[in-house]
Amino acid sequence: MKHTLAVMVENKPGVLARISGMFSRRGFNIDSLSVGVTENPEFSRMTIVVKGDEQHLEQVIKQLNKLVNVIKIVDLPSDNTVERELALITVSADSDSRADIMRIVETFRAKIVDVGTKSIMVEVTGDEGKIDAILNLLQEFGIREIARTGRVAVMRGGSK
Amino acid sequence: MLEGYGKLTKISGAKALVDVLYKNDVRVIFGYPGGVVLPLYDELYDSSIRHILVRHEQGAAHAADGYAKATGKVGVCLATSGPGATNLVTGIASAYMDSVPVLAITGQVRTNLIGNDAFQEADITGITMPVTKHNYLLSDVEQIVPTVNEALYIARTGRPGPVLIDIPTDLFVAEVEFKYTDRVELRGYRPTMKGHSMQIKRAKDAIAKSERPVIVAGGGVIASDGCDELRAFAEKIDAPVTTTLMGLGAFPETHELSLGMPGMHGTKYANYAITESDLLVAIGMRFDDRVTGNIEKFAPNAKVIHIDIDPAEIGKNVGVDIPIVGDAKHILGKLLSCMEARTGADWHKRISEWKHEHPLTYGKDDGKLRPQYIIEQVYDACPDAIITTDVGQNQMWAAQFFKYTRPRTYISSGGLGVMGYGLPAAIGAKVGCPDNMVFDIAGDGSLLMLCHELATAVENDIAVKVILLNNRYLGMVRQWQQLFYDRRYSHTDLESRTDFVKLAEAFGASAVRVTDVKEVRPAIEQAMNTDGVYLIDFQVEREENVSPMVPVGASINQIMDV
Repeated sequence: MKHTLAVMVENKPGVLARISGMFSRRGFNIDSLSVGVTENPEFSRMTIVVKGDEQHLEQVIKQLNKLVNVIKIVDLPSDNTVERELALITVSADSDSRADIMRIVETFRAKIVDVGTKSIMVEVTGDEGKIDAILNLLQEFGIREIARTGRVAVMRGGSK
Repeated sequence: MLEGYGKLTKISGAKALVDVLYKNDVRVIFGYPGGVVLPLYDELYDSSIRHILVRHEQGAAHAADGYAKATGKVGVCLATSGPGATNLVTGIASAYMDSVPVLAITGQVRTNLIGNDAFQEADITGITMPVTKHNYLLSDVEQIVPTVNEALYIARTGRPGPVLIDIPTDLFVAEVEFKYTDRVELRGYRPTMKGHSMQIKRAKDAIAKSERPVIVAGGGVIASDGCDELRAFAEKIDAPVTTTLMGLGAFPETHELSLGMPGMHGTKYANYAITESDLLVAIGMRFDDRVTGNIEKFAPNAKVIHIDIDPAEIGKNVGVDIPIVGDAKHILGKLLSCMEARTGADWHKRISEWKHEHPLTYGKDDGKLRPQYIIEQVYDACPDAIITTDVGQNQMWAAQFFKYTRPRTYISSGGLGVMGYGLPAAIGAKVGCPDNMVFDIAGDGSLLMLCHELATAVENDIAVKVILLNNRYLGMVRQWQQLFYDRRYSHTDLESRTDFVKLAEAFGASAVRVTDVKEVRPAIEQAMNTDGVYLIDFQVEREENVSPMVPVGASINQIMDV
């Protein structure tokens, strides 16, 4: 089962290495990880997606907590959390296919952010499933390049 | 040296470092100089801190570890950049595995050269990240004082462990206003000290109901200084106590409730008692594989109360019914005050039968010079000694046949199992406890790994006594080859012509060789009565085994004589 952890850390050099190193040496897998500073520049917030059973997750959280630079960890409840990823997708496009691609983009409330002579760049945000779905549809036109962020997530109702 | 700090005086980073260490009661540093730490060594030249010059940085790390284990204070080691720093790594890793408070200070190349593959540059913070509780690479001279305070605090509190500070050489010469503060603010580090009262109550009820309780005490009891509480607790609930390798001395082995050590080379009765127990009270121990054997079959009938200051240890290896996170001394004190006294006559009867039927023993009265006998004689001659060990058979015999009655008297590289640990650890222990007799129970394979530390002991007048159990084998590996590899002694027969007596004498130590069992006791007494460093080269039975033994993969009650 997948869990999304919101991890508040001190915004200091080497913190990411401490966290990723702990995961690898303890044999934990990271599905995705994204980092950014928070409203307070002294802290960064990491969103880490991990796969595993309850006991595995408990160890992950406890071992994370042992790192001196880690301030707080929240296991975000999937039913009460807004989760987003962003992807930039460059799709092959000629005059024939352009209209079809644009229809898909519209349906997914994605955006076209660049148009070239032979391609279109699409920006899409949403949860993992939505991005997988649009990728699946765009595949037939030929995907030239894709950059996908990890998940970011915040619990609903204003709690941190 | 500490006058005049009311005013703000500009001093060098090196002086600030030495001063803040001194203010934190650091009186001894084990170290080795080199290029980038020259400014620091210049400051140490006329400092009140005693610097002990080792002969290899690994020795410095183990000596700091031995010092910390013997005294409970933070042990400090110091090395230069690059190879100096990397040579510390094994010692730091050992301290990490055994939860020993050690501060390692390393010099680093100039700030503007970092990342440049400069001469003697190594990314020691990157290298030691997995084997330190925390580490720092400083970039500003202002960081020196607060970082040392922080590092020492982290090293000694909670679950203790090694902390490393890497300091670029330009920071040693940069000037700083010395503003001493002992305030430490760490938002992400707040160890839980007090156990949860609800869990303590549940533990109390479980203990009251149990018929066959066993207390398993580990190094955490010693680290928390909770040995008196442990003894009072064990006596009040009338439960037998087994002490893990790191916990030896936490509970007196001469006490009738003592079961000795559990696990792979533990006593049969400790392993039988755990297996038949209906309640394990595990305190400051982490269910290491050497203790549990086959984890599926470990203590199959027991509820488990696990008291540990490190929440990550609880539930890591075995399922726990009643977890109590906190300081062992504190929680034992709480349990003691709320428990009613109980007795367990039937259980004791069962255990004393096991003790009677399966005592720890070895081949006696055949005139052969056996290592177990030597250890017994060391105990008999000096029961108050501090024992350090190497790793392998020597370590297990020292655990089995010396009776530890006080904490901080069995000092060994338990988790990492570092061969060569014994001699530098003995040096550290002797420096920390100069009034105690310190014996290093050494193996001939191990001793050669760091034998140059004899020079450290001799030159600094650190009168350690080396009991060398010389079987000219890598004995423990040979034992496994005998039992599991059809006696194919692949590269374990050292066929040694090394003359350890001459070796010791070459370093300026006194030494004697013993081949006859009748010479054992007089030689030990001679070592004790001779000033200075003394080595006894005991030419022991070559193929003596550590017995009993739990084979890998077996459950601990399948312990057998080998």
